[in-house]
Amino acid sequence: MRKFNTQEGVVIPLDRANVDTDYIIPKQFLKSIKRTGFGVNLFDEHRYLDRGEPDTDNSQRPVNPDFVLNQLRYQNATILLARENFGCGSSREHAPWALDDYGIRVIIAPSFADIFFNNCFKNGLLPIVLNKDIVSKLFDAVEANVGYTLAVNLPAQTITTVDGEVIPFTVDEYKKHGLLNGLDEIGVTLQDAQTIENFEADWREKSPWYFSSGAESSGG
Amino acid sequence: MAGQTLYDKIWESHLIKQVEGDTALIYIDRQLIHEVTSPQAFEGLRLAGRKPWRADANLATPDHNIPTTSQERRMGLEGIKDPVSRIQVQTLDDNCKEFGIFELGMNDPRQGIVHVIGPEQGATLPGMTIVCGDSHTSTHGALGTLSHGIGTSEVEHVLATQCLLQKKMKNMLVRVNGQLQEGVTAKDIVLAIIGKIGTAGGTGYTIEFGGEAIKALSVEGRMTVCNMAIEAGARAGLIAVDETTLDYLKGRPFAPAGEMWNRAVQVWLQLVSDDDAIFDQVVEMSAGDIEPQVTWGTSPEMVAPVSGRIPYPAAEKDPGKRGNMEQALKYMGLEAGMEIKDIHLDCIFIGSCTNSRIEDLREAAKVVAGKKVADEIELAMVVPGSGLVKAQAEAEGLDQVFKAAGLQWREPGCSMCLAMNADQLGPGKHCASTSNRNFEGRQGFRGRTHLVSPAMAAAAAIAGHFVDVRQSSQD
Repeated sequence: MRKFNTQEGVVIPLDRANVDTDYIIPKQFLKSIKRTGFGVNLFDEHRYLDRGEPDTDNSQRPVNPDFVLNQLRYQNATILLARENFGCGSSREHAPWALDDYGIRVIIAPSFADIFFNNCFKNGLLPIVLNKDIVSKLFDAVEANVGYTLAVNLPAQTITTVDGEVIPFTVDEYKKHGLLNGLDEIGVTLQDAQTIENFEADWREKSPWYFSSGAESSGG
Repeated sequence: MAGQTLYDKIWESHLIKQVEGDTALIYIDRQLIHEVTSPQAFEGLRLAGRKPWRADANLATPDHNIPTTSQERRMGLEGIKDPVSRIQVQTLDDNCKEFGIFELGMNDPRQGIVHVIGPEQGATLPGMTIVCGDSHTSTHGALGTLSHGIGTSEVEHVLATQCLLQKKMKNMLVRVNGQLQEGVTAKDIVLAIIGKIGTAGGTGYTIEFGGEAIKALSVEGRMTVCNMAIEAGARAGLIAVDETTLDYLKGRPFAPAGEMWNRAVQVWLQLVSDDDAIFDQVVEMSAGDIEPQVTWGTSPEMVAPVSGRIPYPAAEKDPGKRGNMEQALKYMGLEAGMEIKDIHLDCIFIGSCTNSRIEDLREAAKVVAGKKVADEIELAMVVPGSGLVKAQAEAEGLDQVFKAAGLQWREPGCSMCLAMNADQLGPGKHCASTSNRNFEGRQGFRGRTHLVSPAMAAAAAIAGHFVDVRQSSQD
């Protein structure tokens, strides 16, 4: 996994609560068996005026000029500013894949849905929870200043504005460690293979009914 | 010392170690796999040269992409017209073969929506930890399991290690006291709960559903309730084990038998929250006050009783919420203050992992029996949750009831709940749907979804607009 240390970049605001993962990447694009290439279809139903399909040439599609992604001032943004309960709904990891593929590295919101929040960390993205009022102030600042940027520092757990204001944030120690080092989580867990095997042997002894294979009994 | 909640008990029995900070490593008993969220996980295993830790802990089936007309299904993979979908289903078959995972393939008579077939096969057993790359995995909590929806990276992690890295959630109890009115169902309970606590009300919690009204539900009804825990923000929902749970499971293919069953039952009957368990939050509801529910907006929390009206955004004090309501009404093409019964429909969808089990189909069939779908309904379809549900329904003659009333009778799959296959709601069309999400575009590009119970969807099919099924069934 790609490491995350610091990120300074243009902030793009998405002023809408309860943005669900269908909104982030519609279902027709989930048919892909790859992890990449979803960026051009990020927020597809809002970014374009027509309905996109996996094989559509996106450069030929009519864009929605009112949508933030299509506004010149937010081009090349790497930090997404969002509202409450961002990423709710479906567990599709295609949502962080699409954000990542587009170029987003940090998402700031007052709250996130649990599964989406977890999925971000598995993909080198940093979701940051900030107080609702601070997020609102950031929305105002972004609106007022074209090319507004923020500097995110994960080791220090701070966000610094262009005016030098420092906003601290919290992050789970394990997740922080994983991002900073770009860890292969499976590899790390497998270092505990013996502990897992011991647990499993004990559990099998206590609860053998979870280990019988219905596949055999039903003739499949 | 205070007692433990059911969640605490299952968590503790599966805790391998505390890793760092809040993160813990927990053992996973069962992983369910479908075609959409697994290909990248298998590819990850291949690239790293890894094998599944315990292949027999997994059960796979294709459900999201597959066609639901019998003509297409008869053709097997070739019947999937969309080549991208076909490759995804084929990839699941190939991966299961390569990694030695048991799959109920597309035309196996036991195939179906993953959350329907898990319990149906007895692959969902009380006290288990279950995961699936699908947010509606919360469904399985109805049988006293701890079930999490996970992302694809986690699917790969569980395949490779049989463990999940997870933070312990807080405990919430939603207690539904008293008895439901006739015509009010599990779906109405859970929609009313979401209306009360909101779509993020359960974020960071595991929700246990309890109280007299929950206890009185069948396992099918309990699954409907737990299924939508995620729509209240909770990754897992669960319900205590009782005789209803055991009666449901006994004799199912993956369930233990004989002496093993007796031993298991002794353990499973302890899977209840202790009387003195402490919940971080308790929500009380009165079942008798719950009416049939209808969503009018683009989030499951935007819900009203069928006798009610669409609320006025202007009356909402929170400017954020007001904005959301205005946005939703614009998308839905509806007016504030309008009566729910005046919402006219173009399409009826009875199916999904929320409401496609035999009991759901019986409820819907009862309402449409001897009647005709209204002329203005362009498409009304019933999609059973599994091949076994379909066979059972046909044995009871429910398919004939639906067909005679003018509803289409389809093959099992996820279908128009998320419209990844050809079953899609057209732009601007209103659909009474027994599914779980009314998000923008969920059932089709610019489609408009209203979430309801199977009985309410059936009654709407006959009337062409929403009606109170409690009254229509008396007609």
